[in-house]
Amino acid sequence: MSSENHPRHAGQRSQRWVLFALLLTAALMFVFPLIWMVSTTLKTEEQAASASLSLLPKEQSPLAPTGATPNQPGEAPPSVLSQAVTNASDNYSAVWNDPSIEFPLYLRNTLIVALLSVVGMTLSSAVVAYGLSRIPWRGRGAVFVTVLVTMMIPFPVLMVPLYMVFRWLGWIDTLKPLWVPAWFGGAFNIFLLRQFFMGIPKELSEAARVDGAGHWTTFWRVIVPLSKPALALVALFHFIYVWNDFLAPLIFITKPDQRTLALGLQLYQSKAGLTPWNLLMAASTMVVAPVLVLFLLTQRAFVRGIAAEGLKD
Amino acid sequence: MKVNKDTIAGLLWTSPWLVGCLVFMLVPMGMSLWYSFTDYPLLKPPVYVGLDNYRSLLADDRFWLVVKNTSLYAAVAIPACTLVALVMAAGLATPGVPMGRAFAAAVYLPTLVPMMATAMIWMWLFNGRYGLINNVLSVVGITGPNWLEDGRFAIAVLVITSVWSVGQMVVVYIAAINEVPASLYEAARIDGMGPVRRFMHITLPMISPAILFNVITLTIGSLQAFVMPYVLFRNERGQKAAGDMYNLLLYDNAFVYRKFGHASAMAWMQLLVILALTGVMLAMSKRLVHYRGT
Repeated sequence: MSSENHPRHAGQRSQRWVLFALLLTAALMFVFPLIWMVSTTLKTEEQAASASLSLLPKEQSPLAPTGATPNQPGEAPPSVLSQAVTNASDNYSAVWNDPSIEFPLYLRNTLIVALLSVVGMTLSSAVVAYGLSRIPWRGRGAVFVTVLVTMMIPFPVLMVPLYMVFRWLGWIDTLKPLWVPAWFGGAFNIFLLRQFFMGIPKELSEAARVDGAGHWTTFWRVIVPLSKPALALVALFHFIYVWNDFLAPLIFITKPDQRTLALGLQLYQSKAGLTPWNLLMAASTMVVAPVLVLFLLTQRAFVRGIAAEGLKD
Repeated sequence: MKVNKDTIAGLLWTSPWLVGCLVFMLVPMGMSLWYSFTDYPLLKPPVYVGLDNYRSLLADDRFWLVVKNTSLYAAVAIPACTLVALVMAAGLATPGVPMGRAFAAAVYLPTLVPMMATAMIWMWLFNGRYGLINNVLSVVGITGPNWLEDGRFAIAVLVITSVWSVGQMVVVYIAAINEVPASLYEAARIDGMGPVRRFMHITLPMISPAILFNVITLTIGSLQAFVMPYVLFRNERGQKAAGDMYNLLLYDNAFVYRKFGHASAMAWMQLLVILALTGVMLAMSKRLVHYRGT
């Protein structure tokens, strides 16, 4: 396996390139299912349901290329690309306009839930984290322990009784079960923000207190402005969590016009015998794309946050 | 006097959490413990039946089927995910590898894909007739099985989809590996240790706290597998027995059969198993996990 007998530097360099090749292959394998998903949306139903391994649609007839086709070797002929574009726009608009899935409505519901939930989660978690980091009081340690312990409670234990609680509150068949709990903060987010707030020097808030500011003013004028990256991270994590959540909508939402995207996608799929794969993949792409774009735009902050999560003791 | 004022402020600031914890966690948990000892068909009030729910579950064939399937899945998925994540992280954390950051992003991407979409993508890839996996296999002359219909492959399919989503762990391991002091590796290199031995004797012990954390998270997660088996192995023809999981039976008991007592009993048994496993892992880790500076 290792090339220890080589002269040290040459050996290290060749090892590095072998490693590079291995990692490239592995990375491609991780991304490929996503590439294949998008590629399926560039095909017609017949092209998708074929043994073809090509990422682009096969030309349907040899007569297809018309007009100017400077067929350079090694390059896809333009007709294939334009076919792909036509197929894609057909597929995506078919899903968007499909009366049985009502994509625009589910998108609206998901965005309402996401907005209310993200605002509530970020604000409340920050407030609680302030109480756990910037105010010295007896009992603070005990409350912090409850935060850590509840991170372990599996959702299925809560599923049945939460259903009862929401039913008793009259929230079943409304979107409330999906966003109101966020306004009470989330254990992981409280933890993350508490760690961040602990790192802000005491002198800064003490200076504000000397100037007569109360906790509320200190929170808004000192802590929040200094914690924007951490707050953004919490908002981002929670947005993705809400966008992806399937189980809670499955249980608490029973009215068709209150479905979220994840739930709508499942309904679309459950009649898979009837729905062609190019359309199923178009629907999936439409649900996946916003999250991936968001991630690519915010990659750095993201990676830092995940690392922080794993390194807590 | 001052202490008192701070205590009031502290309680006030943490009150959203305290109230939420009470209303959405502690009270529901208490309710579910109580329901687990009752016959509760939702429309009628619960009636105390002692241990009947637990007894009838333990006498139910499907209960033992899902226990067996879930244990098998966890037993394969936990080591598989851990191994893949460690190997990927070790590669990606090697200094001086070109495009390391881009590769790490590629490995992380699948964890952002909504479970529903993940399930659909893999349904398509594993499709018996037109799926990419069987298309590729046919190129090398193998006729692939009908992955999602043939029960023998159910657990394998679930494990593969979970390995696809190890990105979060990979990122955690990379961060942990980057924290290992470079001097340790330098010393090992002078002693003539190769990369594999360096990984085994330095990296693994140094990142053992992160491994422990991830294995516990993975254990809790795999015992709760729901969305994947729900989408992949349940369709209009019913549930594929080989892909039937603990939480699918729990869900059915609660929201299909409306036997809230049974569902609650299952939830509590699961919670106790999770607590016990976590306890065992933490106890074992005292000997195996190396905490720096303690």
